[in-house]
Amino acid sequence: MTTFPTTLGQPNRVTSAAKLEIRHITKIFRKGKQANVAVDDVSVQLVSNEFSCIVGPSGCGKSTLLNIAAGLVKATSGEVLVDGEVVPGPGADRGMVFQNYTLFPWLSVAKNVAFGLDLKGMPQSEQRSKVEYYLNIVGLSDCAKAYPKELSGGMKQRVAIARALANDPEVLLMDEPFGALDSQTKEQLQEFFHELWRKSQITVFMITHDVEEAIFLSQRVHVMDKSGKLRETVEISLPAHRDLEMKLTPEFLDYKRHIIHALR
Amino acid sequence: MSYGKSYGRRRYLKPSVFWSIRQGFPSWLSPVLTTLSLLVPVIIWCFLSYGGFVNPKFLPTPTATLATGIDMLRTEALFADIAASFLMVLAGFIAAAVVGIPVGLAMGTFYSMDGLLGGFFRTVRYAPINAFVPLIIIWAGLGESPKIIIIFLGIVFYNATMISDAVKFIPDETLNVAYTLGATRRDLLFRVILPATLPNIIDALKLNVAGAWNFLIISELIAAQKGLGFKIIYSQRFLQTDKVLFCILVILAIGLATDLFFKLIFRLCLPWAESKTS
Ligand SMILES: Nc1ncnc2c1ncn2[C@@H]1O[C@H](COP(=O)(O)OP(=O)(O)OP(=O)(O)O)[C@@H](O)[C@H]1O
Ligand SMILES: [Mg+2]
Repeated sequence: MTTFPTTLGQPNRVTSAAKLEIRHITKIFRKGKQANVAVDDVSVQLVSNEFSCIVGPSGCGKSTLLNIAAGLVKATSGEVLVDGEVVPGPGADRGMVFQNYTLFPWLSVAKNVAFGLDLKGMPQSEQRSKVEYYLNIVGLSDCAKAYPKELSGGMKQRVAIARALANDPEVLLMDEPFGALDSQTKEQLQEFFHELWRKSQITVFMITHDVEEAIFLSQRVHVMDKSGKLRETVEISLPAHRDLEMKLTPEFLDYKRHIIHALR
Repeated sequence: MSYGKSYGRRRYLKPSVFWSIRQGFPSWLSPVLTTLSLLVPVIIWCFLSYGGFVNPKFLPTPTATLATGIDMLRTEALFADIAASFLMVLAGFIAAAVVGIPVGLAMGTFYSMDGLLGGFFRTVRYAPINAFVPLIIIWAGLGESPKIIIIFLGIVFYNATMISDAVKFIPDETLNVAYTLGATRRDLLFRVILPATLPNIIDALKLNVAGAWNFLIISELIAAQKGLGFKIIYSQRFLQTDKVLFCILVILAIGLATDLFFKLIFRLCLPWAESKTS
């Protein structure tokens, strides 16, 4: 792990043991005699309460790695641990927001957000207030009764984010959640996510191709290369509280330059 | 620089109303075309029969057919035949749905069930049920049960394979997101796969009602004392083409009503979905 030199101090967060650990994960896709190494011996530790991002060129295995972390795809070798224990499959402890729209078309927006809560058997009244709270956060309170087919792409993605958050996951895995959003909504959600993460106990692992977004949100940025290896982990030692203006500071730009070079 | 004729110029899609492909269609035109397509055969029928181009023994006029029909309803208790046939179709249809829906869902959902049941169901689908009709009558006798068995066998394999294919078209991500929200396999089956395929299930059932009528008539042609198929074969023996035609019209009317019924169910129960079949 390389620590990028900075003039700013370490963020004053308690860095306890790893919440989620990805240990020596390798994933090989075989097609006939050809073997495609999508992820090559990647180990990542997600420190509890930390926000980490993973950046890398298209097709380098980011989504595959995240799916393995979520327990949705079996790794060829290696293991995934939550709180130090190996997990055998997916569960509500690792919530996920996908790259594509994944709302359930047969459920209204409110029912989509309540899906996980209903599975847990949460009382209706509690479900309702939770749904209201999270729809308000993503700015879609007016659409509670609408069906997904009536929403725009960005609106669908915001509902998917609300659905994942409402389920109170310990780790939130996100695959380019803001990829389809316009730049204003995107920055709004970045700030919102930053605030949410600061207030809550949540550990976030997010894929993005937007280097600025990665630096702005993260404590650590993991850089993957074309061959599916983890090339470098950059610790972002910017103040814990961040606002969008920070994207223009020299420290921020230093990080950006460093990561962009690492990606080349 | 000059290219060939069609490369040099810009090409645009020419607007078209009649040949529009998913670019909107005037809402008034579609019922007009439908009515036209239904009217044309009737007009041809009128032309041939009223015009005296064919022997009325072979093709009676529409008015003569209707008159005979009203007479059959009054004197021959045709309603009892219609009811008998309708009940047979209903029984066979329900049996095929009760078996076909769960089997189709299981085949589409679990690899193991696909292996266990899929091979059998997909292969038997090709078996000509018509060829089994005499055999089934030998096995099950001449009562009502062979008819129900024939209808059931005729459509259950289609129900199951169509529904299993629908399950396989659910995107992986839809199932994966349910897993990450804490769904068990049971939740997945009843709260994701079932609602996701409900439109396809209704569409499959609707398509297979038509099959049910076909198989009923076939079974009644061979062995029955009542029913519309029996009436058709009985009238045919005496060259009563008007009666045959009226029975066919009755079946068509029932088919049309069934279709509307399924469309209504679809619109009421599945406001979120669009039917892909007609
Ligand atoms: N189900 C699969 N079967 C075979 N190969 C796959 C499968 N899924 C992914 N791959 C391959 O694995 C590699 C990594 O894919 P992955 O989707 O993880 O990339 P990514 O980093 O998420 O890219 P992007 O930024 O474009 O989303 C690619 O080469 C892809 O072709
Ligand atoms: Mg991806």
